[in-house]
Amino acid sequence: MKNVIEVKQLNKSYGKFNAIHDTSFTMQADKIYGLLGRNGAGKTTLMKMITAQIFPTSGDLKVFGGNPYENANVLSQICFIKESQKYPDHYNILDVLDVSKSIFPNWDVDFSRLLIEDFNLPLKRRIKKLSRGMLSAVGIVIGLASRAPLTIFDEPYLGLDAVSRGLFYDHLMEDYVKHPRTVILSTHLIDEVSNLLEHILVIDNGKLIIDQDAEELRGKAFTVTGQTSKVEAFLIGKETVHREPFGGLLSATVIRNQNGSDQKQAEANGLEISPVSLQQLIVHLTSGKSEQKGAMAK
Amino acid sequence: MNNLIDDGRPIFVQIAERIEDDIIEGGLPEEAQVPSTNQFAAFYKINPATAAKGVNLLVDEGILYKKRGIGMFVAEGARTKVIEKRKEQFFEEYVITMIREAEKLGITADQLTDMIQRGDNKR
Repeated sequence: MKNVIEVKQLNKSYGKFNAIHDTSFTMQADKIYGLLGRNGAGKTTLMKMITAQIFPTSGDLKVFGGNPYENANVLSQICFIKESQKYPDHYNILDVLDVSKSIFPNWDVDFSRLLIEDFNLPLKRRIKKLSRGMLSAVGIVIGLASRAPLTIFDEPYLGLDAVSRGLFYDHLMEDYVKHPRTVILSTHLIDEVSNLLEHILVIDNGKLIIDQDAEELRGKAFTVTGQTSKVEAFLIGKETVHREPFGGLLSATVIRNQNGSDQKQAEANGLEISPVSLQQLIVHLTSGKSEQKGAMAK
Repeated sequence: MNNLIDDGRPIFVQIAERIEDDIIEGGLPEEAQVPSTNQFAAFYKINPATAAKGVNLLVDEGILYKKRGIGMFVAEGARTKVIEKRKEQFFEEYVITMIREAEKLGITADQLTDMIQRGDNKR
């Protein structure tokens, strides 16, 4: 399969601070990727390098097979929607759409109009007068209607209500099925998007700690709860990512083994099993409290 | 987002289970065409690659089969196959769990049989 992004031993430092540390990964064509991590983990830094807005300190970065810097061939294929996208204040929404149409070769006018209607956006209103949520919606409309071969959404929904976020996911999936392209979604709302993702990258403190198929990651861990002594006995020799005592009880999240025999063992020992959502798992792995950080990266 | 999909378990397994449910309940009779992976993706708001993985799971088990260029169909004998598989799962998931819980509460095998009888009468 064709690689859209190839990153090798990429580093970005600001003085002594390593924003991105020795990161290598590839992203393939026509997949939806989740780029997840806590605030300040380095997600935006990474995306800015991919879109040629900042330079890496060292390492190799190829986008569509070339260096993205001042490379019109590469950049014309990218649409990057930032958390707080800036537009000229005196523009109205219609102006923004017109400019977008001239920038993005695959722009679909009909689709953009449909989205504007669905998000209830006032075409003639000036950008300055838009609410925070409306401004985010404008970014989403541009990101979707651009149909750029590489579309990146970096926390696109500041101030956006649940209904509009749902609309975004619906339209993204519907249009992606018809026009497959590479999409990177960077977000904290992991539970909301997890079903849409095919592959997940998790960055923690500038390091890539997870680079895995979303389905493999889901159901990779489970939580056992029971009497502390029983749970402790069960945990021996297992990868524990989180533990939470509660009175005489202990609740622990462990990485499932290959054949799933450990879950049966827990059940046979009378421990209660509960599933762990992708969001919970990633929170545990990046919380800084976990004992075995990086256990998943192996 | 979509209540039909729960967290913590691989989605492709859940998609496969939903197709199996449809086969058991008669919504998808033998030789009926199964929705395309894109239709699954749009309906459940999931990634089409995930939906494809669920469908392929059933192809590997001989429950669905592929007609090139047309789509996926329910295989002959699929319903019997699914029911056999589910009976096995039922034993593991319900019977074993029930016996374990009964043990914990000091319920004897005879009492358990009585309880099942009582439950059956109540329906």
